[in-house]
Amino acid sequence: MTFSYYPGCTLRTKAVQLDSFARKSAEALGVHMQELDEWQCCGGVYPLAKDEIATKLSSVRALAAARDRGQELLTLCAACHNVLKRVNHDMQTDETICDRANRYLQLPEPYRGETTVLHYLEMLRDRVGFDRLKEQVKNPLTGMKVAAYYGCLLLRPSNVMAFDDPENPTILEDFIRAIGATPVVFPYRNECCGGYVTLQKKEFADSRAALLCRSAAEAGAEAVITACPLCLYNLQRGADENLPIYYFTQLLARALGVEEEAA
Amino acid sequence: MNERETLKQTVLAIAGANPRKCMKCGKCTGACPAFDEMEVPPHRFVSMVEEGRVEELLGTRSLWLCLTCFACVERCPRGVVPARFIEAVRLVQVRCQGQNHLKAEQIPDALDEELPQQAIVSAFRKYSK
Repeated sequence: MTFSYYPGCTLRTKAVQLDSFARKSAEALGVHMQELDEWQCCGGVYPLAKDEIATKLSSVRALAAARDRGQELLTLCAACHNVLKRVNHDMQTDETICDRANRYLQLPEPYRGETTVLHYLEMLRDRVGFDRLKEQVKNPLTGMKVAAYYGCLLLRPSNVMAFDDPENPTILEDFIRAIGATPVVFPYRNECCGGYVTLQKKEFADSRAALLCRSAAEAGAEAVITACPLCLYNLQRGADENLPIYYFTQLLARALGVEEEAA
Repeated sequence: MNERETLKQTVLAIAGANPRKCMKCGKCTGACPAFDEMEVPPHRFVSMVEEGRVEELLGTRSLWLCLTCFACVERCPRGVVPARFIEAVRLVQVRCQGQNHLKAEQIPDALDEELPQQAIVSAFRKYSK
């Protein structure tokens, strides 16, 4: 199984581990992640304004590059996934945006949203299958109580992201079960961590994160997993030393017995 | 068209959404993680855009506190998309010269060892042009 892969900026710098654990785990599962030859930053947030075209172009380039290879486009960072998937949706459904983007880019073949954007978790669920993943697990994390923090970006808006039920998602809990651990559901798992506001209003973001972490701990979690570097940062600031926050790929790598190699 | 109406039409065009669909149930504000820090919470924000009171929304904390988490959008029973109006008014402001809310000179002081690049890029997209 081969996918085009869009890592994104943060996975090259502060979130190297999110990427390296994912790559090692994919290898162990027989999945080939073929990074795009060239990619640019997605911008971190989807440009909501109807009249913004230039800020969507880096995503269109990446989407078109995957189309030209005839591959699905795999994402890992929750923010990149949100941006790429929503821009792709614009290219499929908004004639004005699609037209204007194509006029800017002048690609040999216009891009109209042909690529399938797939998050790493969706790849595990829908292409590998959690049952097959379970069979590949060498070190099941038996007894470990793990809370899944979804945040916003993977789930919303649900009519575009089509990732899971936006209020009662199960994909991360199913993942946790597949690697042998016990999922802990907590009330704030799909509420915002404080996001980019941390840059300007630290105390606000910190109070959000503290609320989320308290909620997870009270539900009995021994660890929290996330797919987003900014969520990880905010949650780590809100958690005490008894509640480690991991990228989901780290626990995946641990279960597959490749954590040491990737670290 | 007077200036007030022009400003409203600009916001509606950028937002690509219709505030008249709002039935003022307040669910957006109930879902908003930042509503109690905002002087104009989402449901009133939508109302004020509809009434053409965009001028009063410029410079409010609501513009910078909206996390674009889309909780308001997901839970709105009428498909009003409140976040799009906040984004539109924010852009009306930061697209004017000298109105950036985040300046490059402020970044070094805001950095710490762990802060991911994603936060800086996102904040610039939201707060500056």
